[in-house]
Amino acid sequence: MKLFPILGGIHPEYRKELTSEKAIVALPVPKTLYLPLQQHMGAPANTTVDAGDLVKKGQLLAKAQGAISAALHAPTSGRIAAITEMTAPHPSGLPVLTIMLDSDGKDEWAEPMPAIDDPFAASPAEIKARVAEAGIVGMGGATFPSAVKLGLGGQHKLEILLLNGAECEPYLTCDDRVMREFAAQVVDGARIMAHALGAPKVIIAVEDNKPQAVDSLKAEAAKTPNVEVVGVPVQYPMGAERHLTQAVTGRETPARKLTADVGVVVHNVATARAVHQAVRLGRPLVSRVVTVSGGAVAEPKNIEVPLGTRVSELLDFCGGISKEARRIISGGPMMGQPLPSLDVAVVKGTSGILALTQGETNEHASSPCIRCGSCVTYCPCGLVPVEMASYIRNDKLDLAAKIGVQDCVSCGSCSYICPSHIPLVHYFNYAKGKIAALDRERRKNEQTKALVEAHNARLERQAQAKREAAAKAKAAKEAAEAAAAAPQANQQAQPNSAGGANA
Amino acid sequence: MSIAIDKSGPFTHGPNNVSRTMFTVLAALAPATLYNLWLFGWPAIFLFIVTMLACMACEAACVRIGGGNPDRALGDGSVLITGWLLALSLPPWAPWWVAVVASVFAVCLAKHAFGGLGQNVFNPAMVGRVVVLVSFPLQMTSFVAPKPLFTPGSPSIGEALTITFGRGFSLDGISTASPLGFIKTELSKGVPISQSIASVPSLGDMMIGFHPGSMGETAVPLILLGGLFLMWRKIISWHIPVSMLATLFLMGTLFNALDPARHAGGLFHLLSGASILGAFFIATDYVTSPVSKSGQLAFGIGIGLLTWIIRTYAGYPEGVAFAVLLMNALTPILDQHFRPRVFGRTRKGEPLPVRGDK
Amino acid sequence: MLLDVGSLAVMGVTLGAVLGTAAKLLAVPVNPIEEELQNLLPGSQCGQCGFVGCAQYAAALAKGDTPITLCAPGGKATIEALAKRLGVHADADAHEEVGPRVAFINEDLCIGCLRCIGECGSDAIVGAPKQLHTVIADACHACSKCFKICPTEAIEMRPIPQTIAAWHWQKPGEHSAH
Repeated sequence: MKLFPILGGIHPEYRKELTSEKAIVALPVPKTLYLPLQQHMGAPANTTVDAGDLVKKGQLLAKAQGAISAALHAPTSGRIAAITEMTAPHPSGLPVLTIMLDSDGKDEWAEPMPAIDDPFAASPAEIKARVAEAGIVGMGGATFPSAVKLGLGGQHKLEILLLNGAECEPYLTCDDRVMREFAAQVVDGARIMAHALGAPKVIIAVEDNKPQAVDSLKAEAAKTPNVEVVGVPVQYPMGAERHLTQAVTGRETPARKLTADVGVVVHNVATARAVHQAVRLGRPLVSRVVTVSGGAVAEPKNIEVPLGTRVSELLDFCGGISKEARRIISGGPMMGQPLPSLDVAVVKGTSGILALTQGETNEHASSPCIRCGSCVTYCPCGLVPVEMASYIRNDKLDLAAKIGVQDCVSCGSCSYICPSHIPLVHYFNYAKGKIAALDRERRKNEQTKALVEAHNARLERQAQAKREAAAKAKAAKEAAEAAAAAPQANQQAQPNSAGGANA
Repeated sequence: MSIAIDKSGPFTHGPNNVSRTMFTVLAALAPATLYNLWLFGWPAIFLFIVTMLACMACEAACVRIGGGNPDRALGDGSVLITGWLLALSLPPWAPWWVAVVASVFAVCLAKHAFGGLGQNVFNPAMVGRVVVLVSFPLQMTSFVAPKPLFTPGSPSIGEALTITFGRGFSLDGISTASPLGFIKTELSKGVPISQSIASVPSLGDMMIGFHPGSMGETAVPLILLGGLFLMWRKIISWHIPVSMLATLFLMGTLFNALDPARHAGGLFHLLSGASILGAFFIATDYVTSPVSKSGQLAFGIGIGLLTWIIRTYAGYPEGVAFAVLLMNALTPILDQHFRPRVFGRTRKGEPLPVRGDK
Repeated sequence: MLLDVGSLAVMGVTLGAVLGTAAKLLAVPVNPIEEELQNLLPGSQCGQCGFVGCAQYAAALAKGDTPITLCAPGGKATIEALAKRLGVHADADAHEEVGPRVAFINEDLCIGCLRCIGECGSDAIVGAPKQLHTVIADACHACSKCFKICPTEAIEMRPIPQTIAAWHWQKPGEHSAH
């Protein structure tokens, strides 16, 4: 299959060999699970249980609220200990409402949702509803509710479901292992999703550094006519949605549009497996495969983890971390997020937990920019990071926006390559967040202004009505007086007196 | 263990750093420099040492005045490149004070007055060279024919000390002009270039450096090798050197074909003067060249064109330094106008149109 | 020599006089920037800046004799818009201490007197006589007028809690420690 080049990009040290040959092992269910109600993009889920309730594995704990949201299910059987605010697995460290579930040790399934035996005979809406019911979100890390994304077929004419098995982040091997060990589930899930989307073709793209995954997927794909497996070059950030679309189809997604606008929808391979389980087995999303790796981890592993497991327990399962651990990251080292504590939970978007040493992070204090232009050469989005960062440093966010800071995908290539170790992506993340915050404030101010103007106009109308009423009353009075031609003809009516009682 | 959340990702970084980059450039310059030091003997060695020391002293002083850490500033290697390139651009037998004046202007004025590393608009080494060129034209255009070390005629250490630190050398006795200077002088006397060029060293001799000139002008193959090494190490890209040399070559060839009496040929332009050194080591200076590839192409073309114009029509025989400085001044504008196309947008910055076929 | 100095002096004086007169004669009587500034303000006339209303604050701003950070309901966005228009440096950090807030009516204390409703410039409070009042948080711009007028102190100005969705990284070098 013909592939297309993508712009820029880097070749970091991948270090996938730490875990790539480690088969997925299941984590014993921890005593207590901590399930944040916000594990996805959009509105937090709404609890349907109370503290003290007994629940079975797979039972609904919180349902989706609003258009973009996702349901949450019990990863094991047990008792709801509390619903309380706890630190979110997010760099902000802000509190988030969390369900604490004490395991009863039985891990007993609730009655599963009825399996859809022939999904290809089911309507797309039915598949979509099942995916929503199962609480599936994008498991590559973006955590966008998958059901919403499966609805794109309604508004767009889609040609290709592109299944993203690139896994271009260093260290991570969870998708690799899923593709190798569950190729049949992945391919089946992908076909079901393609059916829901109305896309006639499935292309599974895997980076060339995972030959075994390609082989097992190809063996599965050979059984069906419309699924193709392609190896794509090893080049970070190949797994970025728009870049993968371009590499495989040659179509460039316009800025501020979706890949669906060029006829392609991209889903992660682990999401496909979750869809397979939800549709064929009626099982909701209650666990995921997590890569625990990094030079500071005693025994790196790929683990099937019940959602809500604390990171500290996961690390203990891997023999703990050594003193050299300098960074604890959720996700990959390029786009992953630092964790505020080791007591936060594994959530639906946690693809990896990495404990990295200084030797691996190679972080240094930044020195002055020497304008080497590497960031421009390696930016996969055609941006000029050096210039954007200098605008942002000088608080000229509008100029940074003008040259495209909002088109930055925060892939980290520029920061990685910078010889002066300038935290370029940090500047862009700050600018994007700040611009959005200022936009919200500006909208709020405009709204306030409109309300105030409406309020003042109403008061003005009321005053006007009073004046008119007063004038009318005065005219009537004068007319009466004139008609009577009474001796008190000189008496003046006070214009305000008519409205006074109405205040 | 306490967890610091002081920055967002990425949490892995490449092995690249500023000093590694700078020292790679020095390594690329080393063979040509050693060859030239041998070629021009002890006076060149003394001048080289004086220039380097003067530049480092200026850097340390400026950084200290600015409240910075001189050790760290010297450690990044940027001032070594400035000093090194400056030394290569001076006549090898120039007196010590020319080097010191050039160093002060290069480091203190061109670099630190603009805010230090990364902030300067003009290439420091070229500012230093141009200042002494216009201030001390005699010393700056007195070249000697190469007298390699350990050959008869090469000055001894004692003689060299006199040349560099003492009375200098007798200008009338041994000074000659560089090939570019020679043909220019001859042309002003009415001798057409097509004739005078017969008297300059052959292109072959010019290749291996046996002609009078600054150190950086006389070892074309080694400079070229250093430049290719930098490209291989991805320190520089091909855009500036290729566009500059191609422009220079095309202009030379074209006008030589039109009027051989007044214009030297393209190959002569490439091999004489500081063309190769300028293309690979001076014009490619990170700080003072555009950051985008298209900007770099325009920058290189501009330098090639200006070099040819200055060599052909202006009063000075060599134009690389002036051309580089003039284009340095344009760099901010080139950066504004030559940006890469943003992913998903047209060149003008509008989002790409959504496909028509749906 | 004298001639040179003299002629230059004469020229200087003449040109100076011309410029001076022109400045007086051609001076723009009203400050057009005033209206522009007023448009940047929320227009709720809350008076928290210490001026009677937004127009008066805009006038003072145009003259340049008041800080640009006084508008509480406008928040940082307003400060930055003003700073940009006036070409001055925004000292928005001083403003941040207050943070975004919203009025909240304590139901136990509200007596349904309607006074806050009369005070509210953006119709953010709904209620009927002798009935509980409530604040529409989206419409409230935290002008605090209701808070000041409430006879039973039933209204408090609560900080709006930060959400993960609205959180963003601080500028490098300005991060807060965890």
